[in-house]
Amino acid sequence: MAILEVKGVNKRFGGLAALSDVNLTVQESTVHAIIGPNGAGKSTLLNCLVGKLMPDSGSVMFDNRSVLGRKPHEINQMGISRVFQTPEIFGDLTVLENIMIPCFAKRDGAFRMHAFEQFANEAELIDKSDAILADVSMADQRDAHAASLSRGDKRRLEMAMCLVQEPRLLLLDEPTAGMARADTNNTIDLLKEINSKRDITMVIIEHDMHVVFSLAERITVLAQGTPLVEDTPDNIKGNPKVQEAYLGESQI
Amino acid sequence: MLGLNKNDTTLFVVIIILTILAPFLLNPFPTESTLAQFNAGYPDLMEKFVVFGIFAIGFNILFGLTGYLSFGHAAFLGVGSYSAVWIYKLFTYNVIPALILAVIVSGIFAILIGYVSLRRSGIYFSILTLAFAQMSFALAYSVLSNPKFNLTNGETGLQIYANDLQLFHRESLPNFPHIFGLSMGSTYKLGVGPWEFQFNVAYYFCALMMIASFYFAIRLFRSPFGMMLRAIKSNQQRLNYTGLNSRPYMLAAFVVSGMYAGLAGGLLAVTDPLAGAERMQWTASGEVVLMTILGGTGTLIGPVLGAGFIKYFENIFSKINDQVLHQWFTFLPDGIEDFLVAIVHPFIGKGWHLTLGILFMLVVIFLPGGLVEGGQRIARIARRLMNRDKAADAANVSAE
Amino acid sequence: MDALLLQILNGLDKGSAYALIALGLTLIFGTLGVVNFAHGALFMIGAFCAVFIQGLLNLSYETIDETQKDFLGNPLKVKTPYLENWFGPETGGAIIDWSVPLAILFAIPVMIAVGVIMERGLIKHFYKRPHADQILVTFGLAIVLQEVIKYFYGANPIPTPAPSSLTGAFDFGVLLGFDPNAVIYPYWRMIYFVFAMSIIGAVFAFLQFTTFGMVVRAGMADRETVSMLGINIDKRFTMMFGIAAAVAGLAGVMYTPIAPPNYHMGMDFLVLSFVVVVVGGMGSLPGAVLAGFLLGILESFASTTWATTTIPGINQVIIYVVAIIVLLTRPRGLMGRKGVMEE
Repeated sequence: MAILEVKGVNKRFGGLAALSDVNLTVQESTVHAIIGPNGAGKSTLLNCLVGKLMPDSGSVMFDNRSVLGRKPHEINQMGISRVFQTPEIFGDLTVLENIMIPCFAKRDGAFRMHAFEQFANEAELIDKSDAILADVSMADQRDAHAASLSRGDKRRLEMAMCLVQEPRLLLLDEPTAGMARADTNNTIDLLKEINSKRDITMVIIEHDMHVVFSLAERITVLAQGTPLVEDTPDNIKGNPKVQEAYLGESQI
Repeated sequence: MLGLNKNDTTLFVVIIILTILAPFLLNPFPTESTLAQFNAGYPDLMEKFVVFGIFAIGFNILFGLTGYLSFGHAAFLGVGSYSAVWIYKLFTYNVIPALILAVIVSGIFAILIGYVSLRRSGIYFSILTLAFAQMSFALAYSVLSNPKFNLTNGETGLQIYANDLQLFHRESLPNFPHIFGLSMGSTYKLGVGPWEFQFNVAYYFCALMMIASFYFAIRLFRSPFGMMLRAIKSNQQRLNYTGLNSRPYMLAAFVVSGMYAGLAGGLLAVTDPLAGAERMQWTASGEVVLMTILGGTGTLIGPVLGAGFIKYFENIFSKINDQVLHQWFTFLPDGIEDFLVAIVHPFIGKGWHLTLGILFMLVVIFLPGGLVEGGQRIARIARRLMNRDKAADAANVSAE
Repeated sequence: MDALLLQILNGLDKGSAYALIALGLTLIFGTLGVVNFAHGALFMIGAFCAVFIQGLLNLSYETIDETQKDFLGNPLKVKTPYLENWFGPETGGAIIDWSVPLAILFAIPVMIAVGVIMERGLIKHFYKRPHADQILVTFGLAIVLQEVIKYFYGANPIPTPAPSSLTGAFDFGVLLGFDPNAVIYPYWRMIYFVFAMSIIGAVFAFLQFTTFGMVVRAGMADRETVSMLGINIDKRFTMMFGIAAAVAGLAGVMYTPIAPPNYHMGMDFLVLSFVVVVVGGMGSLPGAVLAGFLLGILESFASTTWATTTIPGINQVIIYVVAIIVLLTRPRGLMGRKGVMEE
């Protein structure tokens, strides 16, 4: 079943067509990678999915409901979480608090004035947060200041913040950018596990082909704002059009 | 205790003890001694300590937790005062309804101003709140003070006249703000040897309010709501992508903070039943910013310390004049004495604001954590020195 | 019709002051990304440059004139400015009379120096600090500058008249065929407007036609790129701060005959200038100028007897009301670029 359906999306910035007539269907429980040379419109597309940008035309349906015109927090509440290219975490807060916030967001759904409530009464959420921290093997950093974490740990923390919300769709913007090979492999394993154990659909934007081919079940190639081809990893590897799009870039 | 952790409980108890014993603690010098001018244990000043303490605690809930710098908080202070005085004028000198109305009206005011101002963040928010505060000042000073519709009594300030309605006022009740008949002005004086201590009803009433405000602030700081506000300061975008709209949190913080200011404004009218527009001027807003920064932004105790510090030195510094200075430096040779007096002269008396401005700049530049951070640094250095002494002792012992 | 014209003219001088201060604020915000709460203080210091020069030119020595008696019957003490002694009463008197325009010559180097010292000594260290810290430290500086001036010149406004030949008024109405005295406009206000326009023109020309200006404009659009090009942008920005200070200072010098300066005049103008900047569109220089004049004229219309009797005190709040409406309906301001002011 299709969980995400993008139909005929166009987005222009001034004279530049960032996206033109993008169609994309993501099946539930799969890992779907979007690849393409720089400036192909990958990030623009992602921003259209989470409410940061509004497409000029077209439709984006998540679970048969339109996400267009909704605010980022509303889209998150529908079940879409996003991991940013540079980890976006709450630097001034502790690791545990970083996880608690999405827990509250998930449970309360919207603003609640819990100004006179206490953490001591939130044992359930704390247990849940501790469990997820154990899953990403950060339990011993529970009370650390998030800003003091290493970049890899920040990334894992951000991932944990998304996972604790049990999203139905996880959008990842270059999750291994700037990582060492060992860290990259750990991240791949983590993502594989998330996908299989938690049954979370994932859309990944990635430059690292090693990551893409280890994870993705479907791959869409974007070039100059238009999907070039969509296929399985094996077929993509041998596709001459894709090679052309990439060779064009790598020759520069 | 009371849902506070151990450290907070200690802090809270210390605050309670300090406020209760303030008339003693702030009056260390005998009445007749030359140092008596440094005493702060008289009702007027002590009331200012606690009232502005409340104001600063409230401001810190907004600025300290969310990082949104409001330059218009004095507007809420003024609104609180006006509301309280109107209760006096129309109904009764009893302070309870006056304070309730002060808090409610300033809360409503905060909702209106907050709703518009919070559409922007960062510097735009500061500028907007500043503009609103100046507008409120102009409204109070002139617009809402005309023969057809006189809400604020303009330049003179709103005060109580003999022909005011005062519906529930009775002959038997004091002609001054009171709490169920106990006048806020009544003071019990206790003479102990050369000392004289004053226990004033209004002070203790305000102190009680400050203790309650402080307690609520601790709870708020430690609550999930407080965590959300810190999250906004840390990374507002992440919060939005985490499924929570930051705006209602901001508005709630702004309104709570405005209600604190309203309470403080109401209490100003408890100690002295009048309300003037100058209370709303943006320099007054600047003052609460100064208090909070000076004491320590984002800390619980900082704003109270800052408020006390500024109000104390405002009173003391502005009282010192050249004559006093000459007395101090009298042990020096004449030339040096005159020279020193000339140097210090610009900073005292009416020059107090210059001192304040310099102090403020120094704190922002060198000590962003304010007095609290300063204290922590000193404590750390002291501890290190002590450890070194111990280590040296240990080394000596082993050497022997 | 004549009343309409009169109000527009009346709004021009205040509008000019708003525009000049807002222009400097925008320059500093656009180039350095700093909100300068001390900018009003610069305006005030400029005004006190005029006061200082007036005082300096009026330095006098006392002589006793035995031929005249004062009201107590003692010989009359006559104060003669040194200038009159040196250049003769005529020329000397004229120089003193023209102290305000002369103060410009003094104010330009002084203000540039003040601006450069401020930027190098203080603001520079705050580029990487949060905006709130920048606001706070410049706010502290504004208080200090204000108090220093107050220490030297006291709290009362100091009259600083325009040259006597320029104190008259010009009857605009007659020129346009209205009744005499219907539209009279003081010369000095007219001069202030022309002066403001030429300064604004000079700043724009400077930014438009010099390489320096080009770099600054590029820096306003995208600071990082320009600094990557290897252009020493910081030095240019320091200069820009000096220029902005000079613009504010000159606005202050020339304003003294319109309103006698006091130590807190800067703060009063600053708050309104912020509103002007917000209405014009943060970061837009033409927006700042346009909004300055528009709001000045609007304020003048709101000050008419008709307006103030309909809604008492409307002149005091009209600017804020407009600012709120603009922000709610057009958040980026009149001429702001999209996205600049909408966060």
